[in-house]
Amino acid sequence: MAASSAPLGGHSRVQRPHLSKMERMVVTMQDPDQGVRMRSQRLLVTVIPHAVNGSDIVEWLMQKYSIAEDEALHLGSLLVQHGYLYPLRDPRRLELLPDETPYRFQTPYFWTSTLWPAAELDYAIYLAKKNIRKQGALVDHEKEHYQQLHRKINHAWDLVMMQAREQLRAAKQRRKGDRLVIACQEQTYWLVNRPPPGAPSVLEQGPGRGPCTAGRVPMTKTLDFYRREVECLRRALGRARVKSSTCLEAYLKFSSQHGPHDPIMSGCLPSNPWVTDDDAYWAMNAPSAAVPTRLRVEQWAFSFRELLEDPVGRAHFMDFLGKEFSAENLSFWEACEELRHGGQAQVPALVDAVYQQFLAPGAARWVNIDSRTMEQTLAGLTQPHRHVLDDAQRHIYLLMKKDSYPRFLKSDLYRDLLAEAVVPLETKRRVFPFTRKPRHSSPSPAVLPASASGEPVGGDGDGET
Amino acid sequence: MAADGLHENETLASLKSEAESLKGKLEEERAKLHDVELHQVAERVEALGQFVMKTRRTLKGHGNKVLCMDWCKDKRRLVSSSQDGKVIVWDSFTTNKILTASGDGTCALWDVESGQLLQSFHGHGADVLCLDLAPSETGNTFVSGGCDKKAMVWDMRSGQCVQAFETHESDINSVRYYPSGDAFASGSDDATCRLYDLRADREVAIYSKESIIFGASSVDFSLSGRLLFAGYNDYTINVWDVLKGSRVSILFGHENRVSTLRVSPDGTAFCSGSWDHTLRVWA
Repeated sequence: MAASSAPLGGHSRVQRPHLSKMERMVVTMQDPDQGVRMRSQRLLVTVIPHAVNGSDIVEWLMQKYSIAEDEALHLGSLLVQHGYLYPLRDPRRLELLPDETPYRFQTPYFWTSTLWPAAELDYAIYLAKKNIRKQGALVDHEKEHYQQLHRKINHAWDLVMMQAREQLRAAKQRRKGDRLVIACQEQTYWLVNRPPPGAPSVLEQGPGRGPCTAGRVPMTKTLDFYRREVECLRRALGRARVKSSTCLEAYLKFSSQHGPHDPIMSGCLPSNPWVTDDDAYWAMNAPSAAVPTRLRVEQWAFSFRELLEDPVGRAHFMDFLGKEFSAENLSFWEACEELRHGGQAQVPALVDAVYQQFLAPGAARWVNIDSRTMEQTLAGLTQPHRHVLDDAQRHIYLLMKKDSYPRFLKSDLYRDLLAEAVVPLETKRRVFPFTRKPRHSSPSPAVLPASASGEPVGGDGDGET
Repeated sequence: MAADGLHENETLASLKSEAESLKGKLEEERAKLHDVELHQVAERVEALGQFVMKTRRTLKGHGNKVLCMDWCKDKRRLVSSSQDGKVIVWDSFTTNKILTASGDGTCALWDVESGQLLQSFHGHGADVLCLDLAPSETGNTFVSGGCDKKAMVWDMRSGQCVQAFETHESDINSVRYYPSGDAFASGSDDATCRLYDLRADREVAIYSKESIIFGASSVDFSLSGRLLFAGYNDYTINVWDVLKGSRVSILFGHENRVSTLRVSPDGTAFCSGSWDHTLRVWA
């Protein structure tokens, strides 16, 4: 892990890449040629140089990253929330207003990415200063913290007060403008490190993470680790690979085939329950609906897996197999699934049941497995475990997939199911995510949404990869 | 004993350098069959139009950060997380198995009834943060992602790592299989999402944008695999065109980081959970 500057108890800079990126962003924003337009800001009688407008920040971000205003405002807000920019006029809330509101870039000394520990002592000094300046009128949560700290580090309180007074005295020596800026910088720093109640804490990280070798005896563990890694890499080298063009074409095929079945892409009929509050769609597509929809029946033809995954599809396939006197294949497959996914305690009993029903010589529902697989399987049965039937199951699965499944798709049974399948009518004007591609349902005529005829408006004006 | 110590040191150094050289060879091998990029292949695919998705439901009531959520239809997939960062995935079709990923770098397969450890999976060099079960026909593999920036594919039966990918620049927070099972997507603290093809054995797409600098915490595909929804630590959700590689839309609404995201089993909507104590259903 790369060393970083003095963080305590947790996450180094390396583990929070977004902070480094924000840093780079604000550096770019301050570039004299390419950066945000700097102005001098008049505040009462003082003039503060190098200030920027909220609206200029948003404008700059829109330009630089080719994003829309809402995204630019959001991104700018994050920069302010993380203390990389601060509002010049009373920075009590770290938010970005897209108008004439003046902001300034935080001094690197206070950058969040340095992750200084923000010690209690420093906070106490800061609050003490504020308390003195405001003559006791601290805001609620600061007042509470101040009192807590007073109790907690009572022994060092003289030091705190001394430091506070000294810093205030030194500040009075400065020009008014500098004094104001430093006060803003400091206030922003503490708003980030000690957020007021209700404001999100941007430094929060969630459940801790770390390299698992930390604190362990390194030697043995590392040896094992590298041995395993070398083994894994050797195996990986020997792997058969498929060329990219073949693999990538497969995505195109899959997406276009499944597109009409993807409610977010193509909508769903009669309507999307989440949008119209009408749950007819769910009723029609219930797992064991009496009459499946056309889309659903069509999907059984996409792949054998998708047929089996649908309980209605599977049931019809079982019927079909029954007519061909090979239903035991599917039953065997189902029994194997039960074994593979079931409880450990059930394994011996299940294996025995499967053997009796499907594999034993003269079994009532004997499955036709090639002799080699059968031999190996029977041998393995002496020591039953959940994967003992994997090979046999795979054999039967492939048999069904290559033989029975194609016949099923060509059968009258399937054709009738397609013909009888329900095609829901639209109940309402179509409302679905993509307004450009209307869904055509037959027999009702397609109703085109008003905006579909217009030019496609990219969500944020970018079409780049 | 001193001789053993020396021996161990030598083995360690040589193993380490062997691992490095094998990694180099593996990358060379992977590059040999890489004849085209995904966005090139996708050029002839029709572009997506304007995308509008809104919050249809906001679920409030949590007193604290939402770390994980589940969809329950047919009681198919359930996901839950505990406070110490363990992630548990269980598909209740496989009612008795629980697959866990934990902060000691391992994944484990348990038999719930007996509490027995059935198989453990070693290979990550740091906390494992996420995992997903493959929807394949034989259903014996799963993918995990960790703080070591690696995504690893495991054979549940042998406990061995089958494939490993190390292209992210930071922790991998989320992994999810492409609906066909031939690929998986990952979301990482490096602010990118990536697509890895299992047959080509390589990364085939990166979903990133200069303006996106916060980590992706959670990813999921739409039913057809054309869209990838990703929740980010900057409170937004970005929608990506998986084939063309472009960002289709950005969704605002959450007031703190999006920690979890799942498309519903029937694909009609997706749900996002956030540290702002709410869940939103988008459609």
